Amino acid sequence: MYLPPFRYVAPRTLDEAIALLREHGDDAKVLAGGQSLLPLMMLGLARPGVLVDVNGIPGLDRIEADGDAVRVGALVRHRAVETDPRLRAACPVLADAAPLIGNIRVRHRGTVGGSLAHADPAAEVPLVATALGATVEVRGAGGARDIPVHEFFRGYLETALGPAEVVTALRLPARGPRMGYGLAELVRRSGDFATVSACAVLGLDGGGRCTHAAVAIGGVGPSALRMRGAERLLIGQLPGDRTLDDAADAVRAEVAPESDVHASADYRRAMARVMARRALGAAVARAGGESRAAGPGAVRS
Amino acid sequence: MSAAAGAPREWPDRVALRFALNGRAVDAWAAPHDTLLAVLRDTLGATEVKYGCGEGVCGTCTVLLDGAPINACLTLGVHAQGRTITTVRGLAAAAGAPGTAAGDMHPLQRAFVAHEAAQCGFCTPGMLLTAYALLADHPHPTRAEIRTALGGNLCRCTGYTRIVDAVEACVRARQGGDRA
Repeated sequence: MYLPPFRYVAPRTLDEAIALLREHGDDAKVLAGGQSLLPLMMLGLARPGVLVDVNGIPGLDRIEADGDAVRVGALVRHRAVETDPRLRAACPVLADAAPLIGNIRVRHRGTVGGSLAHADPAAEVPLVATALGATVEVRGAGGARDIPVHEFFRGYLETALGPAEVVTALRLPARGPRMGYGLAELVRRSGDFATVSACAVLGLDGGGRCTHAAVAIGGVGPSALRMRGAERLLIGQLPGDRTLDDAADAVRAEVAPESDVHASADYRRAMARVMARRALGAAVARAGGESRAAGPGAVRS
Repeated sequence: MSAAAGAPREWPDRVALRFALNGRAVDAWAAPHDTLLAVLRDTLGATEVKYGCGEGVCGTCTVLLDGAPINACLTLGVHAQGRTITTVRGLAAAAGAPGTAAGDMHPLQRAFVAHEAAQCGFCTPGMLLTAYALLADHPHPTRAEIRTALGGNLCRCTGYTRIVDAVEACVRARQGGDRA
């Protein structure tokens, strides 16, 4: 219930926040929703001397969608991702991933930018961002820059953010015609981080062959990982059961998880195959326009 | 660039907070590192908000911030500034039923009593507030939706069945009322 003392400042502009981060370097942390940072501080795993609270900075909580892309401001709460109709229309896979995050209380406070900056390897926002090849918009003393998501995540809880840089938005490609997605995750208890999670995005041509394939797996490495071998097996193919089975087998061969208290490496590998197969099945059904077959937004077991 | 860049910054060790607690304006001094849970329990004596895990997992410290359920243990007291906080004591009044005041029982609370949905009672405030927020968004949830919505609130006594029964009964009573 009690946090160690820290100095607290709530800037009203991004420039002021960046100046504070520059001034205090490693001693400062950005506070957004606080649903990951504050538990780390409660447990004594993080002890920043200064918290730079960005909740009062206007303009960071917008969701903007044009025909090709969706831009989700860093301060957009997971609950808004879950419920915003424009976002659901433009990027349904992110909207379907949101209810899998933590619990309703975490989703009302936790933010998209915070989830990216925290970079938990089993978290849902990084998983979907990785599968979609999203772009992270950041800003620092040198100005704004875009970081492709595969360069943004550097390792377990590590990102390419500089010490005085702040995530300002996540930019995602909008769902195109004949594009389908699937999400599946294995959780021990409702609201836990996934033991293994999968997100598949497939695009089909008029003949039903895969023109685009992205498979990302979470919980099997230091960050969510694209399964390039499995994706190569899908491109140009008719995604029937045999093809999807082969792609899922390729996922099993491609991941190299480690054992921990939650699951052995072998179990994680086996479950990576199962989750990838389920996500791929849902993606094919949706890409073919068979919304009935796709069933609920995300498969969870 | 702001004043922060040049002049030395003042770091206040206490902040004067004012927010609405169960419909009444309250004032409290809080350190920036005081959680909302600490402000509510220690400063304002709102001990109906329970301290469970302190990590946002168990749900027993659930309060409504402008109507939305949040972890009081993972929210700073300063984030309540100028906002509305509802605890289980304010549930009946928050629902706006005519003639209700803080301390009265909400239909959900009466259903919990009728279905003996509390055993030790420690999770009950959080369960009630989470169920209340669910019904505010989805007036007629299915049993499965109720279970999903309460999935983030832990109970170590009841096995959950009676809690879900109570919420479901409340929904049914309401549907009966709608038809009447």
